[in-house]
Amino acid sequence: MSTTSKNTFSRRAFMRTSTLAGGGMLIGFNLFQSCKPKVVPPIDLSQLDYNDFNAFIKIAANGAVTIFSPNPEIGQGVKTSMPMLIAEELDVAWKNVFVEQGKLDTENYVRQVAGGSQSIRFGWDALRQTGASAKQMLVNAAAARWGVDATECSVSEGVITNAAGETLGYGDVVNEAAALEVPEKVTLKEPKDYNIIGKDAGNVDINNIITGKPLFGLDYNAEGMVYASVARPPAFGQKLVSFDAAEAKKMPGVIDVISIGEKGRAHMNSENRNWSVRLSDSDKVVVIAESTWQAMKAKKALKIVWEDNKLESTEQHNKLLMGLLDGNKFNTMRSDGNVKKAFAEADEILERTYESPFLPHNCLEPMNFYANVTDEKIHLVGPVQTPASAATTVADMLGRDVGDIHLEMTRMGGGFGRRLYGDFVYEAAEISDLIRKPVKMVSSREDDMNTGVYRPAIKYRIKAAVKDRQITGYHLKEAAINSNMYGLIPNFFPAGAIENYQVDVASYDSNITTGAWRAPYTNFLAYAEQSFFDELAELMEVDKIQLRLDLLEKVKGTEDERIQYDPERMQNCIRTVVEKSGWGQKPEGVYQGFVNYYCHNTHVAQVADVAIENGNAVVKKITCVVDCGIVVNPLGAINQIEGGILDGIGHSMYGDFEFENGAPIANNFDRYRLIRMKETPEIETHLIQNELSPTGLGEPTLPPVGGAIANAFKAATGNRLYKQPFSKTPELLRVPEKEILG
Amino acid sequence: MPTYQIKINGESKTVDVSNDTPILWVLRDHLDLVGTKYGCGIGQCGACTIHVDGTAMRSCSMTLEQLDGKSITTIEGLSDDGKHPVQEAWKEVDVPQCGYCQAGQIMTASAFLENNSNPTEEDIKNAMHGNICRCASYTRIRKAVAIAAEKMS
Repeated sequence: MSTTSKNTFSRRAFMRTSTLAGGGMLIGFNLFQSCKPKVVPPIDLSQLDYNDFNAFIKIAANGAVTIFSPNPEIGQGVKTSMPMLIAEELDVAWKNVFVEQGKLDTENYVRQVAGGSQSIRFGWDALRQTGASAKQMLVNAAAARWGVDATECSVSEGVITNAAGETLGYGDVVNEAAALEVPEKVTLKEPKDYNIIGKDAGNVDINNIITGKPLFGLDYNAEGMVYASVARPPAFGQKLVSFDAAEAKKMPGVIDVISIGEKGRAHMNSENRNWSVRLSDSDKVVVIAESTWQAMKAKKALKIVWEDNKLESTEQHNKLLMGLLDGNKFNTMRSDGNVKKAFAEADEILERTYESPFLPHNCLEPMNFYANVTDEKIHLVGPVQTPASAATTVADMLGRDVGDIHLEMTRMGGGFGRRLYGDFVYEAAEISDLIRKPVKMVSSREDDMNTGVYRPAIKYRIKAAVKDRQITGYHLKEAAINSNMYGLIPNFFPAGAIENYQVDVASYDSNITTGAWRAPYTNFLAYAEQSFFDELAELMEVDKIQLRLDLLEKVKGTEDERIQYDPERMQNCIRTVVEKSGWGQKPEGVYQGFVNYYCHNTHVAQVADVAIENGNAVVKKITCVVDCGIVVNPLGAINQIEGGILDGIGHSMYGDFEFENGAPIANNFDRYRLIRMKETPEIETHLIQNELSPTGLGEPTLPPVGGAIANAFKAATGNRLYKQPFSKTPELLRVPEKEILG
Repeated sequence: MPTYQIKINGESKTVDVSNDTPILWVLRDHLDLVGTKYGCGIGQCGACTIHVDGTAMRSCSMTLEQLDGKSITTIEGLSDDGKHPVQEAWKEVDVPQCGYCQAGQIMTASAFLENNSNPTEEDIKNAMHGNICRCASYTRIRKAVAIAAEKMS
């Protein structure tokens, strides 16, 4: 159960209050510290300067409440949902709460990160307890003034009422409350008493977004700011030899042309090395100009000599990854029973290989950052998912104290994992350090697609043994570019459900940079696995739904603590989606595909409906059931769920990103296809209602949907799809000619 | 560099830029109107959509010379206070996720609805097909355009 009546954190380390100079109360708390299991030693109150806090509540003397949201906002909605948790327990009216992005000062902010759909999950207890503690202090202050017991007082929307019916607003008692001890224990509300959690709350930045106010990194401007366009090696494996900037320097608005890279390389050899600086392997040429356009244009006039060294291609990768799958050099990530024996004794064996390309993130706001390096301080502003590591890396690169760095986060025009890597921050900082001017580094779309940190190309081979109509063995092999699945994934379904089970991984070290992309690994694995189960059910001649339900049944009551998913919750999602989607009861001409999946702590089941239009299979509808525990903000939740589904359909259908001679073939939206309006089906979402602690929604609906549509395409056309993107084999998305005629 | 007189959001502005500068960058870097976004620079994504004499156009692919004597509206000038029916509908439906493409979406939708106040779902899909939303908030965009159409008719 989610509600706890006892404060389990070290209050003294977790929260501090003080009186504001102009009247009112400031409550600082460290969300991330409170999440750690170990108790942090208390800090001397006299030393209070909020250095260890990363979020604040400000209650002004007039009763106005401002919540500074601690986590980066990349479109996942936490700037709205995280403050909702505080406001619920603080007992204020949501409409009266102002939300601001917490200022990003590395002195005050640590461990702020957007990634892994974890913000709400980790913040759930800490944020509510913070709100409840503040409320209790305000009530205690009012009770003391009235000379009554605090238990006789009640609160509604920021107004405290005593037994005699007298009232005091939060603003009336904030100064007294700020001087009180932080309570050791607080009582959290029961879900039935929620006024804010579970109610629709609109995006707190909506007015600024719809009127075009400056919100994003690219919108940032400062006095005397110049613009930088960076020429990076056009292919992976290339290095700068020399450049001729004579022509570029003559162009209007061009201030200078410089090269950077030395600081990045020095950092790579230091003990504090941050992986992202790997992108600085080669020197780069930078045009500094008075405007973005002048900088971008002059960059095209540079004459640069690059030296080739090991230029890779997709063709090569395909052979290498297939070679890994065919070989025997694997790391075993989980092994139960004896798969070898299961295959030797099997009545039937199914083995299939699934292939995926690299994918660029294509955040619609290209990478950019502002830096102003002076002798006194370093001012950094822009969109980054990992501000703390960006700040410490810049300090290390430039040989400065981290205290010199003042980092502010802007709203981000998409993240999807790309802005976890701070390469663009380091470039901006190195440029400003050299030219000693405030500068904004701006990447073009081509720069972004050409020099990305891509989802790695991966191939999966799955093999199952069937004996006496039961699955007796399951062997998953992964061959990936650069890095393999993280440790939790081998413990996802069907781990625990099949006696002989093994997960093996192997990788090939490429010079193409790869990294996290929305729902790393599962974004492709879910499709592979769920396509495989669809085919396996056909081979076994069993019901596709029943096969999953039966496997899940075997996991119930497991004592294996490594198992990540909850079989009951998964079964509930499956049964719900079967009912809501009209599974198996659709009229002729509607073909359905089913999937169920668990990742990022959330359980999902989906059914895709496909119809045939002019001989082509077309996705018409997705029915999606999600169990993410308590839904903090249904309005925001549905947006994430629908966006994840369409993003998943888009990339499995169209995401085609191949390399030739070390460079991607596509580098803008004319050749790289993203899903657009006419390709989007209807989506029907059902949220499982329960009182379990909430989990994130930024990722979980994306991975399975590729499997849902692939399984529906199979039902419609008879063709199994083993390779993404599906649009690359249009013949497999068509109904065979004879069937159209017949 | 030549000097150009242009009419933006009802105001006359003088800008001093080279003749090949896309209007997108004139707006963003010279006139401090950053609501119009850069997404691809080749007219493919629609993030830079503005109105030129009431028609939705891609500002990344137009220069000042092409705009001579024409009247430009950007997201900042669509309404005084964010109260254009399309903006209201966007708020009602709570469309944005990251929000970056939304100014372009709103500009495309508002120009479209001026010419078609009673669109079918197919009309809406066709009209909005040129604007990419990387967060894929398409279902809400569709819904918001339909609500805006009702408000405008």
